[in-house]
Amino acid sequence: MPEISIRELAGRLPDGATVAIPPSRSGVALAATRALIDRKARNLHLIAIPTSGIQADMLIGAGCVATMECAGVTLDEHGQAGRFVAAVKAGSISLRDSTCPALVSGLQAGEKGIPFMPMRGLIGSDLLKYRPDYQVIDNPMADDPDPIVLLPAITPDIALFHAPLADRNGNVWIGTMRELMTMAHAARQTLVTVEEITDTDLMRDELRAPATIPSLYITAIARAPGGSWPLGLPGCHEPDNEELARYAAASRDAESFASWLGPVGV
Amino acid sequence: MDCKPQELLIFTIARMLEGIEHVAVGVSSPIPGSAALLQRSLSAGRTQVTVLNSRNLQTLNDGAGELFDRAAQGRIGAFFLSGGQIDGHANINLVGIGDYPRHRVRWSGSFGSAMLYYLVPRVILFREEHTRRTLVDQVDFISAPGTSPPEIHRPGGPYALVTGRCVFMFDRDKARFTLISIHPGHSLDEVRENTGFVFDLADNVTETPMPDNATLALLRGPIAREIADPYPAFAQQVFGV
Repeated sequence: MPEISIRELAGRLPDGATVAIPPSRSGVALAATRALIDRKARNLHLIAIPTSGIQADMLIGAGCVATMECAGVTLDEHGQAGRFVAAVKAGSISLRDSTCPALVSGLQAGEKGIPFMPMRGLIGSDLLKYRPDYQVIDNPMADDPDPIVLLPAITPDIALFHAPLADRNGNVWIGTMRELMTMAHAARQTLVTVEEITDTDLMRDELRAPATIPSLYITAIARAPGGSWPLGLPGCHEPDNEELARYAAASRDAESFASWLGPVGV
Repeated sequence: MDCKPQELLIFTIARMLEGIEHVAVGVSSPIPGSAALLQRSLSAGRTQVTVLNSRNLQTLNDGAGELFDRAAQGRIGAFFLSGGQIDGHANINLVGIGDYPRHRVRWSGSFGSAMLYYLVPRVILFREEHTRRTLVDQVDFISAPGTSPPEIHRPGGPYALVTGRCVFMFDRDKARFTLISIHPGHSLDEVRENTGFVFDLADNVTETPMPDNATLALLRGPIAREIADPYPAFAQQVFGV
């Protein structure tokens, strides 16, 4: 698979797309996110698998997002995701609140090519009340009444993430970040940035193959060393907590955010 | 030895974990995390602990869904939840204050609560701030309800609510909290004044027991070093490690 630039990769993600993104502790493609902001992406429908942080907050702050589906958006110990909170209060993004396992289960239904997945919980919560797409049925396998929630399959247009390693054939090694595998399986296209590209065939490496996404699922790869900065990448980089704290402070108001972001599209 | 308020809370929660085989600890939970580690140590390892987002204290390697699969199978005996608001029926609100979706105050979201609260047998609610702002008569948004009608599959639910002032146990049949102990230096009047919901009183409301010196030494030594993995700032602030 030919390697492309981060800028080209961002160009492959069209306006209006439904985009699955991983949680902050997993492989968040922040260099590519910056490229999306620079190309002035608009009207994105983000689906956090199952939560997000700085990535969703940056995209929302930069005006790229129409819909946010998530179980939470937070800057963790650095505090609130300021641009997310401001957009929700202003009603400038449409919000689809959920709970972590519902997003994972919906994605698993997408991965399996089935229309829905049942899940325990949710009944009696206001989350369910505001999600007309979540339906309650009576468990057809039980003798006694047993209401259970059905979650529609999630089939994102794009999965976008950052991983430690790819090979020349386009296979991508994700280590323990298994949610990235589910994302790639469920999404129609998968755009990946990686720390490095190896000449070894990862699918022929017994130790790494179980944690490798076969190139069949991969649409494009760009090399982006440190591409999750200021977030970390398990096994590769620690989070840059000073920069994350700076971001958290900047995200509190539109002006500070704009100055943190700097000139866009140059 | 003088016991810090956080140490008392850790010890109090640890005592609630006795006999649990596997305790999971979610994000933003340094005090419950320390409690789980203390219980692991006191039980000589019989209680296993998984701390999310830690390097050395987590036992998950199958992606974002594995914790929930474990809960659904009954493999997690205890978990911790909190709330921007918690009400007298143990409903929790992690979403916001005011009308949904354009809340006056918006928090980060419900995370795994809307499933784990139903399935983990012993969910301990923990909220250090004990005021009428946090402990309310009725939450503005139910991220997860405290109780469910009998036809709902619900092996789990709230067990207790630990705050900076006291300990309540939750009665699932009555859907009410009962005050069982008040932390040293606090009073029943103060608890009443700062609680927005009605609660029952145990026959014998006691002073919350303090850890002994050996337990404090354990906490300040090995446990402090362990909790510094996921929560370095907390470990530094409370234990100076």
